[in-house]
Amino acid sequence: MGQKILFEKIHIPGIKTYDVYRENGGYASVEKALKMNPDDITEEVKTSGLRGRGGAGFPVGLKWSFIDKKSGNPRHLVCNADESEPGTFKDRYLMEYIPHLLIEGMITSSFALGANLSYIYIRGEYMWVFKTLERAIKEAYAAGWLGKNIKGSGYDLDLHVHCGGGAYICGEETALIESLEGKRGNPRIKPPFPAVKGLWQNPTVVNNVESIATVPWILLNSGEDYAKIGLGRSTGTKLFSVSGHVKKPGVYEIEMGMTVDEFMNSDEYCGGMIDDRPLKGLIPGGSSVPILPQHLIFKTANGEDRLMTYESLADGGFATGSSLGSGGFIVYNDTACIVRNTWNFSRFYHHESCGQCSPCREGTGWMEKILWRIENGQGTEEDIDVLWSIQAKIEGNTICPLGDAAAWPVAAAIRHFRDEFEYHIRFPEKIKKRDHFVNEPFEKVKHLLNTVTI
Amino acid sequence: MKVTIDGIELEVEPGTTVLQAARMIGGDVVPPAMCYYSKLKDTGGNCRACLVEVSKGSEADPRPMPKMMPSCKTGVMDGMEVKVKTSDRALDARKAVTEFLLINHPLDCPVCDQAGECDLQNLSFKHGLEKTRFKEEKRTFEPENIGDKIQLHMNRCILCYRCVHTAEQVCGSRNHGVLNRGDHAQISTYVSAAIDHEMSGNMIDVCPVGALTDKTFRFKSRVWFNKPFDAHRNCDKCCGKTTLWMFGNEIQRVTARKDEFHEVEEFICNECRFDHKEVSDWVIEGPRKFEKWSVINQSNYTRKMDTVKIDTEKHILEGRDQDRKKISMTEVPYKNTENS
Repeated sequence: MGQKILFEKIHIPGIKTYDVYRENGGYASVEKALKMNPDDITEEVKTSGLRGRGGAGFPVGLKWSFIDKKSGNPRHLVCNADESEPGTFKDRYLMEYIPHLLIEGMITSSFALGANLSYIYIRGEYMWVFKTLERAIKEAYAAGWLGKNIKGSGYDLDLHVHCGGGAYICGEETALIESLEGKRGNPRIKPPFPAVKGLWQNPTVVNNVESIATVPWILLNSGEDYAKIGLGRSTGTKLFSVSGHVKKPGVYEIEMGMTVDEFMNSDEYCGGMIDDRPLKGLIPGGSSVPILPQHLIFKTANGEDRLMTYESLADGGFATGSSLGSGGFIVYNDTACIVRNTWNFSRFYHHESCGQCSPCREGTGWMEKILWRIENGQGTEEDIDVLWSIQAKIEGNTICPLGDAAAWPVAAAIRHFRDEFEYHIRFPEKIKKRDHFVNEPFEKVKHLLNTVTI
Repeated sequence: MKVTIDGIELEVEPGTTVLQAARMIGGDVVPPAMCYYSKLKDTGGNCRACLVEVSKGSEADPRPMPKMMPSCKTGVMDGMEVKVKTSDRALDARKAVTEFLLINHPLDCPVCDQAGECDLQNLSFKHGLEKTRFKEEKRTFEPENIGDKIQLHMNRCILCYRCVHTAEQVCGSRNHGVLNRGDHAQISTYVSAAIDHEMSGNMIDVCPVGALTDKTFRFKSRVWFNKPFDAHRNCDKCCGKTTLWMFGNEIQRVTARKDEFHEVEEFICNECRFDHKEVSDWVIEGPRKFEKWSVINQSNYTRKMDTVKIDTEKHILEGRDQDRKKISMTEVPYKNTENS
């Protein structure tokens, strides 16, 4: 059993309610924080080495220190709970089962930033979680943890939950801010960064749910204690939402630094492959990060053990590694069709592109259409090369990272599973049956690629 | 502040963007801009046609920027070095953007009213591929009536957001905008409203492609058959300074005056644009000049023409000499004479 920080109290019956949460030591961090100097809290978070859990992994303390406190404008903290990436569903667990932890984190973090008005921007589809949070906030107001003059400290904080309209792009921080302002959820061009000009042109910090929910623990214990957990620059614990062909899908909290092998095969966590079929691929950080082929999952290209850390999962760049991303751990066995899977992701990104900048708007649609043709047995030889060229043209040329998120899965699929694409193109009759790779795993039909020449 | 663009050093004011600095230099160094419009606030950054490579961030932080930067939104830092036409990455990105923009843009230049003054036409002429790699079906939209003055052809729209910014900033009221997401995104009016503001005609001028065209000029003529004249009238709504597009003595179209970057100098009102089509309404200042390479210039009668000199006699004599050689064929003996 590793150290639990976020899931420490999640199994206590009735922890959703304020009374039970308070009995179990809830809101202690707020009591402590209100007696502290706000800048010391930021220093503590800096010491902890906590990195943003939304996907980019930017150090949280550093992000807080960028906030413009000199301008005299009101500051805001916005919690990014717009969790819409395929394969990622960890924040939902926290908010649904222990909502007061997030609220506690919001209060301590807002105090550290000197924010008097904070928001939780939640995904529109999480309506029941939205209601849970609203109830919890009401309880917190009633108990005097929110509102004017919190517990006699002279600090005021108002907290609102805002329900998004159901757009994936609103998880991008500047698009989230636009959406919160009541506009179309289009990302803004940075700079200026939100820490200087964010919500209503005021200095704003946008943090993920998991990042904010970790702050109370750091404050109650210490930044140093937090930094002791984990490995190297990947400090602390991390939630992983496991889905796909494993025996025990779900959300797990692990100390960073565990090997991928242990995480996947130990009974405490994923419990190994379902039906004991062979492993084919792994996406370690949600659909936007590149897929890893079988031979690169447990070992890095250098032959070292692949660990559950930011650095190890990204080892060797995208040619041999991937990224920790938001922790959406998706496992595929040999019956999975990578082309169909890539098409499905591409369909998602095409649907969710905001349409503001041309490479993303046009490119995602183009990729989806080509992948659809290949998947349905209508692909041609040059399609793979065209796909490769399109993804290279989208990546890095867009306003926000959605373009990259759309390009990387396609690039990785072609890089590691090009023969599957070729199989789709060269044996359309087999592909059209639609049950390809389910009854005939690719390993068994792969030899056809070598025997038949066109 | 000092900035170097393609090796050319320049002093600029703080707050200048890379694109503005490049425009000060002019010529080939200027990156193309499909969505940026200097006369409107907050434009730019959408089309990505103006991507440049920043090879040196600034004097304080000389690291190159890892990503390609949109020059219209990137502020100049002291000591910054920028590559526009000397960077292969920038040229590749521009090619890519051109290809992306043309994916869903129909190549109907032969029937499009914007042909000849279309920014996308110029962009693809300079940076486009010879043939398309896009085999799929293009996106299409149902025709929509947005008012009696402006024709919306949504299929041609490249979603530059210029008209939306114009409506907000010049008209002061906006009843149209962008609906939907991704490549389904479209310009449309909210709940079938009509665009009827007295400055709304400027949307036609700011549109870089043929998505918004003048209903009073539609299919009347090709722009290169018209002769543009600068003219003015007293107008209490706008500056009254316009360009008249004449065919003989007929005013076929009135537009605002555009500068070398195809941006209007001053916005004009709908009354000047649509209601005054008589020569007597205007004080004509003289012919308007356009860039040398502009298609409109092809019919420009104001430029000095080269004298054509035809050396008829010389050419004829040359020909005769050649013919004589062919006919005489001195090397070939005339065999038939022996037999006859």
